[in-house]
Amino acid sequence: MTAPETELMHPPVEELDLPTPPGEAGPLDLPPRGTPHRLAIAVRNAVPPALVLLGAIALWYLISYRLLDPSRRFLMPPPHQVVQEGFLVWSTFTEIMRALWLSAQVAFVGLAVAIVLGMSLAIVMSQARWIERSLFPYAVALQAVPILALVPLLGFWFGYNFTSRVIVCVIIALFPIVTNTLFGLLSADRGQHDLFTLHGASRATRMRKLQLPAALPAIFTGFRIAAGLSVIGAIVGDFFFRQGQPGIGQLIDKYRARLMSEELFAAIIVSSMLGIVVFWLFGFLQQRMIGHWHEQARDH
Amino acid sequence: MTDPSAADVVAVPGPASPRPPRLAFRDVTKTFPDGTVALSGVSFDVRQGEFVTVVGPSGCGKSTLLRIASGLEPHTGGEVDIDRDKLGYVFQDATLLQWRTVQHNVELLAELHGIPKPERRQLADAAIETVGLTGFERHYPKMLSGGMRMRVSLARSLTLKPPVFLFDEPFGALDEITRERLNEECLRLFQLEGFAGLFITHSISEAVFLSTRVLVMSARPGRIVGDFDIPFPYPRPPELRFEPAFAELSGRVSAALRGAYE
Repeated sequence: MTAPETELMHPPVEELDLPTPPGEAGPLDLPPRGTPHRLAIAVRNAVPPALVLLGAIALWYLISYRLLDPSRRFLMPPPHQVVQEGFLVWSTFTEIMRALWLSAQVAFVGLAVAIVLGMSLAIVMSQARWIERSLFPYAVALQAVPILALVPLLGFWFGYNFTSRVIVCVIIALFPIVTNTLFGLLSADRGQHDLFTLHGASRATRMRKLQLPAALPAIFTGFRIAAGLSVIGAIVGDFFFRQGQPGIGQLIDKYRARLMSEELFAAIIVSSMLGIVVFWLFGFLQQRMIGHWHEQARDH
Repeated sequence: MTDPSAADVVAVPGPASPRPPRLAFRDVTKTFPDGTVALSGVSFDVRQGEFVTVVGPSGCGKSTLLRIASGLEPHTGGEVDIDRDKLGYVFQDATLLQWRTVQHNVELLAELHGIPKPERRQLADAAIETVGLTGFERHYPKMLSGGMRMRVSLARSLTLKPPVFLFDEPFGALDEITRERLNEECLRLFQLEGFAGLFITHSISEAVFLSTRVLVMSARPGRIVGDFDIPFPYPRPPELRFEPAFAELSGRVSAALRGAYE
């Protein structure tokens, strides 16, 4: 949502070398006049999705009251009942929030571990072709292992609490971080590498001043994918552990089993919110950290 | 790394030039592992205050010549004498770091050479002023035109006050007017800094306009097949390009270059 505003923060630059060749006016081809006000842009950006939301709620009511007869209405309880039962009944609300908080912690810790581990692996792999060739197949294999098949084993080894849930998240979130970071580290162009070689840069300097900054856009892409996956990992892991402190996954399973559909809908909504917030957070961080120099950063 | 005084001993002293060569190629050969001979018996000197340009058909090994001079690639025969400690090198594209502002891009080389921050700043400020980019210090490369990026690239090399400046077809991707203006800029820097310049291009007028001497290279294997002294005094006005003497000399270089294609 912040994209067009950020673009406006940089005024177009006057060309020093006299006539600007066509198509070379620089990446900031802004309309010279009639640039809309920030607020107007915000409104323009907010209105279409808001309309879609209203439409979706209307459709929801239509299904609840027109399509389903009262005996089957529990399949899709109307929105106000979901709000009523899921969010306004204090005991249910705290139950959901406590479970959500637990799952959020699992997701964040899992993501943090995956980031540290994944980036380290990628940095090691970027140092030599043979290291990459030796390790990469296992990163792929890790990705290919059906995580649900591992869940019972992990519970068996590490118990059914925090640790094994975090491990599920790490396994599921590691791969996109490794691949994107590695891709990014190898993306600096040959001329830039030559420049560093000419001036005697060490491996560490090259990594710190060239490869890592060059990799940031790709790294952020990896973070966003991994963040979404780690939220899914936290919920799915919890759902299948069926033991230990209940996270949002177990709660969803419980509501399903007891046909508590209003609560079930509420739990689904908040867990989606968690995923959306995490995704948005990384988008925001990306815009903040590299938006000023990276052209594609605003495309998401 | 030999220092310039050591180079004196090795190099054959030029007939009338009192200045020692800053860069000397003696019978340099480059054969790639696949057997392709890129350079064969290339010899020439570049002295301080000389601007030597190499023109040649594409694929003749001009760029290889420069990569050998800079040490980016090893040669397989002959001798190369150059002090590579503070080398100016301008690449085919500006090779700026997109995440750094103009100021920080210009500071990069000083940074890599461990020059302390305050001094680095001063050097960068001076270099930015020299190339006429004062006021753009806080801009990112994506906000600049191709010509301005090339100026940043020039400024970046200037911070090291390089005794030898290598140019690898730096303005090939720019439009003609921008290229001409940057050529004039190059000459101004050349007079200001008094470096020894080695310039690679495939543009004859660029070569004649800039240089004290133009070498013509043949296609594979790359050999020097033409050697022209360019006598026009510096400073050279832009109008020099339209003088009959300029055209006559360009014609001779062009003829040699045509020969080089055969």
